[in-house]
Amino acid sequence: MTELLVKNACVIDPLRGINGETMDIAIRDGKIVEEVSDAAEVIDAHGMLTMPGGVDSHTHICGTKVNFGRYMSPEDMRAGRTPRRGAMHATSGYSVPTTYGNSYRYSVMGYTTLLEGAMAPLEARHTHEEFTYTPLQDTMANTLFDGNWAIMEAIRDGDTKRVAAIIAWTLSAVKGFGIKLTNPGGTEAWQWGKNVSCIRDPVPYFEVTPAEIIRSVVEANELLHLPHSVHLHCNNLGTPGNYSCTLGTFGLIPDLNEKRQTLYATHVQFHAYGGSDWKDFCSKSEPIARYVAMRPQIVMDMGQVMFGRTTTMTADGPMEFNLYRLHHEKWSNHDVELETGSGIIPVIYRRKNLVNSIMWAIGLELALLTENPWQCLLTTDNPNGAPFVKYPEIIGLLMSKKYRDAEFATIHPDTESRVPLPAIERELDWYEIAVMTRAGQAKALGIQDLGKGHLAPGADADVAIYPLRIDEVDPSAEYQKVIDGFSRTEYTIKRGRVVARRGECVVDGSNATFWVKPKVSENYDMGKDPDFIEKFDRYYTVRMSNYPVQEEYLARNRCIETEAEL
Amino acid sequence: MIVKDAVCPFCGCLCDDIEVEVEEGRVVAVTNACELGTTKFMGEKRMKNPILRDGDRWKDITYDEAVRYAADMLLEAERPLMYGWSGTHGEAQCVGVHMAELIRGVIDNTSSVCHGPSILAIQEVGHPGCTLGVVKNRADLVIYWGSNPIDAHPRHLSRYTRYAEGFFLENAFRDRKVIVVDVRKTETANIADEFVQIKPGGDYAVLSALRAIVQGKTDTIPRTVAGVTREQLVRVANLCLNAKFGAVYFGLGLTMTRGKYKNIRNAIELVSELSRHTKFTISAMRGHYNVYGSNEVNTWMTGYPFGIDFSRGIAFYNPGETTAVDILARKECDAALIVGSDPAAHFPRKCLEHLAEIPVVQLDPYPNATTAFCNVQIPVAVTGIDAEGTAYRMDGVPIRTRKVISSDYPSDEEILARMYALMQEARER
Repeated sequence: MTELLVKNACVIDPLRGINGETMDIAIRDGKIVEEVSDAAEVIDAHGMLTMPGGVDSHTHICGTKVNFGRYMSPEDMRAGRTPRRGAMHATSGYSVPTTYGNSYRYSVMGYTTLLEGAMAPLEARHTHEEFTYTPLQDTMANTLFDGNWAIMEAIRDGDTKRVAAIIAWTLSAVKGFGIKLTNPGGTEAWQWGKNVSCIRDPVPYFEVTPAEIIRSVVEANELLHLPHSVHLHCNNLGTPGNYSCTLGTFGLIPDLNEKRQTLYATHVQFHAYGGSDWKDFCSKSEPIARYVAMRPQIVMDMGQVMFGRTTTMTADGPMEFNLYRLHHEKWSNHDVELETGSGIIPVIYRRKNLVNSIMWAIGLELALLTENPWQCLLTTDNPNGAPFVKYPEIIGLLMSKKYRDAEFATIHPDTESRVPLPAIERELDWYEIAVMTRAGQAKALGIQDLGKGHLAPGADADVAIYPLRIDEVDPSAEYQKVIDGFSRTEYTIKRGRVVARRGECVVDGSNATFWVKPKVSENYDMGKDPDFIEKFDRYYTVRMSNYPVQEEYLARNRCIETEAEL
Repeated sequence: MIVKDAVCPFCGCLCDDIEVEVEEGRVVAVTNACELGTTKFMGEKRMKNPILRDGDRWKDITYDEAVRYAADMLLEAERPLMYGWSGTHGEAQCVGVHMAELIRGVIDNTSSVCHGPSILAIQEVGHPGCTLGVVKNRADLVIYWGSNPIDAHPRHLSRYTRYAEGFFLENAFRDRKVIVVDVRKTETANIADEFVQIKPGGDYAVLSALRAIVQGKTDTIPRTVAGVTREQLVRVANLCLNAKFGAVYFGLGLTMTRGKYKNIRNAIELVSELSRHTKFTISAMRGHYNVYGSNEVNTWMTGYPFGIDFSRGIAFYNPGETTAVDILARKECDAALIVGSDPAAHFPRKCLEHLAEIPVVQLDPYPNATTAFCNVQIPVAVTGIDAEGTAYRMDGVPIRTRKVISSDYPSDEEILARMYALMQEARER
């Protein structure tokens, strides 16, 4: 039995409505408990800001395309190197760090749970292998279904239950957590070098539309009672005027779940563009934020862009090709048979570039214009908008109008006429930041009942203690203190152990992978469905028996069994 | 007993539809595998136990002694080299990286003498590729450039291209065109629809000519380019432009000939150019069954696919300086651990002269050319036969190899983990 007592913590724990109370946190054997014995090890938090461990509900840290981002970018690897030291292995990389680099840097910022945003089922084993080497965070993987042949065929046949059954079989097989749709239909079209422009374009050959894919998969998700909702990267990312496509997509979504949203729309910054081309490109954050405010069934994340060099990577292959034609940098693409695709290019977001400046403003606007912080979560779509190490600066910007104005003065001068940002006075408070960086993310992922994102007795003892005194720091004026404080915890506690202390990771941890196993009736077991098996055998290049990710890849794991309505 | 869907641990095709018949702990028959794979499954004479060089003779030693020897050798070395890795599973490769990091050694894999230049090209211009099944189901044009799959990857043609069924092809054999580009008429050229014979060293020029034609600059092309007529170049460019889905597979005939990584860069840029007109992809024909896995493991753990030097604590990568051949040729390295490869069969003489001067430990089930340079050889289980573990196919698809028989041989991972434990213990003292 190991016990730990965090004393005199200034706690913000939004899922329990706790806002800045000074209290003690008792921990036993990796869980939060009511009280511990006198023998417990004591950490005196001295009134420091203490929150549940950070949760990133959309990041790219592990798997085939992430690793290819590293593989093709020795210049990025050189841009962030640390040697083996104490419990820490060597790390490399700035925008796409090695797995240890990701894990240590997230841990130092107080993050204890990460969701990999896009895992191709066929290559799931790779994601799980990298999870093993991401030791200081619990992990989970959204699984790509955007161009899945069997699903598109079932949709064409109008059989939503079969859609759900295919998802159930696949998630169980690949040890996935949730459903990801990336440019639904577009990734299949891209295997012919084509794309879909928005939700009404039919997918070549399959003759289903993105709208039909989204609707069916949303329904299937709820039939399966998955913890998370469908996680959508809308069609038409990154193009001027795409906000109308985004609104059209949001309009497809009914409210089907009482506990959480029905749709998680990711990196909405990239989908909130006005204008008809790059010349009249402008922000449409206002209509998007207004629309979301009226629809509790939608939660989005920012996908904030920050200036500097990064690497873009997504399953959205055609989008990356378009980006390549704009930037003329190196370009990688990787289509995955019967399932999905991906693309990677490095980019630099520049303050002197008008489009980039507008993008920067839009992300902030979405967060500031969305009244309810539970509906707009803080992300950069790491590393697409910026590497996650920029989160503290984003927090600073959201909490300080003064900081925003100072930054605004350095960006392209024409930005002012294209965005509402300068007129927005709102400054987020500590509580809202806690919602946007852990509580809201845990709720959106549906993992609060699994003990994530809060500090109630029974929860996982994942705690972040920041060297910030919220009664003394005025974030509006002292934003640099806010940035410094969120950049480096005093203590990061994971499963009841101190894993990071003032910028150093102090243990060689071991994570847990969360995955979902929906229970379906015999009739809906795709592993026994003759048609499914026959097509699998004929068109995949991996045998069906070699496809599922074996137990060996899940050292420590939590299987979430759901009762499907099938 | 018949083991179904076994995974062949020979080439980068990583065929996973093999049936292996086992009787009394021995493989007696293999179905579906090519000749290369069958030979590997049937096995040759394996070494029985670890051996230590004792003057002109070999002395049998125990696994404990062998592991201790290797750990001491690596701990005492100033510039240890850990080379090979393509013939073992990912889990063992991971331990190797940790070992290299601990002792500040150099870890390199066989890419540095095969597709290393391809990787350098990808690091300059990227890589538009796809999994093999995308090609199988869609490609109506396949180009083999400087590769001869009939000899080196025998089932590539039947599983993924020429003889494969494809979802979007009504009659795949008839509807799919195959072009072979090579300096000589290979076996594969005999089954191609179009054979482009290039004068040795002329690949770069031919690729440039094709790029020019694709860009609409046909009038700049001379009558012949490296022995290829303008008419044929135009025909090939048109086949590419008119294809619905084209796939280029290149081999060492493009990577390791004059121009090296510049050839690959040019080929990738041709494909990027073609992608503006139609769908096109390009991929390397990787050799060892898990050479790509070694690149993958090194990359997520160190940031670089091969040639990683930990001598300054951080991971440092500079192919040509931090690659095995260079470190041996400069006589820098003072101890070598070889895993899952046979450098003595492939390295330049100058490197082998140095290898003969320094202590060498090899993990390998069989005696090979490198055995002659070893101080100790440790026989291990063969991944995919009596050990299981992860391998990455040439297109990046990871597959878990199966264990088809049981043996008393420890796996590479077990042996390396024991070495690493001893080394950690020594360093903590």
